[in-house]
Amino acid sequence: MSAGLVTVLIAMLGGAIRVSTPFMFVALGECLTEKSGRVNLGLEGTLVLGAMVAYAISYHTGSPWAGVFAAGVAGSVLGAMHGSICSLPKVNDVAVGIAMMLFGTGVAFFFGKPYIQPTAPRLSSIPFGGFSDDANLRSALDINPLFFVGIAVALLMAWAFANTRWGLIVRTVGDSAAAAKAMGISVDRVRFLSTTVGGFLAGVGGAFLSLSYPGSWNQGLSSGQGLMAVALVIFARWSPLRCVLAALLFGAAGALGPALQSVGITQGYYFFNAAPYILTLGLMIATSSATHSTRDMPGELTMAK
Amino acid sequence: MSSGVPAANELPAGTLGATTPPSAPAASYGFWTRLRVNSEYIVIPAFALLMAALLFALFLLAIGKSPVDFVDYVWRGGFGTAFSFQNTLQRSSPLILTALAVAIPARIGLIMIGGEGALVLGGFAAAAIAVPMVGVVPPIVTMPVMVAAAVIVGGCWVGIAGYLKYARGVNETISSLLLTYIGIAIMNFFVEGALRDATNPNKPSTKPIGEAYMVGHIPGTQVHWGFLVGVLLSVALYVLMTRTTFGFAARVTGGNYRAALAQGLPVGRLIVACAMIAGGCAGLAGYFEVAAIQGRANASLAAGYGFTGILVSFLARHNPVVIVPVAILFGGLVASGGLIQRRMGLPDATVLVLQGLIFIVLLVSETLYGRFAIFRPADVKDRT
Repeated sequence: MSAGLVTVLIAMLGGAIRVSTPFMFVALGECLTEKSGRVNLGLEGTLVLGAMVAYAISYHTGSPWAGVFAAGVAGSVLGAMHGSICSLPKVNDVAVGIAMMLFGTGVAFFFGKPYIQPTAPRLSSIPFGGFSDDANLRSALDINPLFFVGIAVALLMAWAFANTRWGLIVRTVGDSAAAAKAMGISVDRVRFLSTTVGGFLAGVGGAFLSLSYPGSWNQGLSSGQGLMAVALVIFARWSPLRCVLAALLFGAAGALGPALQSVGITQGYYFFNAAPYILTLGLMIATSSATHSTRDMPGELTMAK
Repeated sequence: MSSGVPAANELPAGTLGATTPPSAPAASYGFWTRLRVNSEYIVIPAFALLMAALLFALFLLAIGKSPVDFVDYVWRGGFGTAFSFQNTLQRSSPLILTALAVAIPARIGLIMIGGEGALVLGGFAAAAIAVPMVGVVPPIVTMPVMVAAAVIVGGCWVGIAGYLKYARGVNETISSLLLTYIGIAIMNFFVEGALRDATNPNKPSTKPIGEAYMVGHIPGTQVHWGFLVGVLLSVALYVLMTRTTFGFAARVTGGNYRAALAQGLPVGRLIVACAMIAGGCAGLAGYFEVAAIQGRANASLAAGYGFTGILVSFLARHNPVVIVPVAILFGGLVASGGLIQRRMGLPDATVLVLQGLIFIVLLVSETLYGRFAIFRPADVKDRT
């Protein structure tokens, strides 16, 4: 019994690291976008398109890292579209996000059809579990380098927000567009760049989905991870470091179903599949408030009000 | 819950709702002036549709397909013959209902996109409640029970998002989409488990409800009753939102939330009521998918009607009556999808690409409102 529990816990640890990586990238991208005062709900579409592009490029070039880069570029194209459309007056960023979600998914499915069958080279993991003889622990500690890239990006972002001129500009634009304008900053350009870079990160998150875990391309690859990552940013109160922790929590929730399955508990598989969504909703209920805006929220953000 | 209609004397006497788009000019203007002003809301979306079509034609040319063929197949597959047009009307029925599920909350200022989840759960609830009743209780009793189950379950499901918005300030767009994923998972949980039809090895489904319990066609057509119900419901909801105290109070809340609060409007009940109406519509769409098309509940309920419905509602500017023709247009597009796939060798996601493109161009066109003098005769004062 306790051996089973240990197996589940180890599987959840490994799962948390694997499943959290795409969450982390999308959340960091969204964190940057939202810090500049705009919401990009379309990152679900970016994630799917990134996954497709990464898989296709990895298949054609034989280099998975080229795929990762191409996914980032595809993501930044979608981000740039969102950013430029939202710069127009009278355009609602939430609605544009929904449209980008449908568009990104549609384009990914359209061009991704020929890549469902073939096998593309994947990203290789770094084995950290060499010290242990336990096969479960070893497989749990096979960690993809992108996980560490994500943590590095989070540290860089946290440092940049607090200590650099660029970080200050993004935060100012996000907190008060009027103040930013008074400082002579082009609000639209800062938001455009933040959304584009955010899209790049979300695209890289998609590359992880198709090139590492689950590690193949199909139309059911992402079901709401992009959206959950948007909610996760609210829960992480717009701090890149808390985004990493929240992503790990979400990863553990997502790993619960497969972990239980690995010890033979298959009952309620679909229920455990719903666990991350229920957790997201629960966390949103816990962190939101009807009477006052969430702590640390960028002042220009209309969505979470 | 839906008794949140305020008494007439609670309503503001002034023009607090004036910010609600699109605000028609006062009746004192002549017919031609009003036509000229209102035509802006037809010309700009039509222009957006045309631009999206042009962009899509360029896209087809870029991948070496003929846009002319595409139009030809959409015409033949969706509108050209009596058979295909009836198929289109049939497909537009869930689109009307799921578009209403977006339009009604939009009137109260909420962007809710949970129609797909309410459709799936509503359809599932109808099938689940029918299974023990089939063969025991006559259809005349069972069918209303199925409708009620679908509407109530769908209504409560989206109602959750409305309640969370009011009580906890949870963003309704995200929560309604999360509820969609949860709803689909709940249906899969039951369909693969407790309610699975063991005699059907192919696709996990509930037991079939049987021919006698299904909804028939409108006499003389091949279109099921869901289409007519959708049309009648859109007219009824148009009347509700534009001609009743409830609708006015909802639009005031959507136009200016603080003003509505200050006037003592029951905003909480209004928001939950609008969300429940929305969910009820989508749940009804699920009922007709089960009782008129599929005959059982399974994963094919999540066919994306809820997402196309979002686009239909935005294109109709959240006007319940305009939703009907727009839904027929997109019903034709969905109906011709199979033909396009077979004859042109295009993937089934082609329709998704076109829809996404239309959606984006449409939102870009929002920026054009109020920029053209032709829609603003000299005698009309500023409407904002």
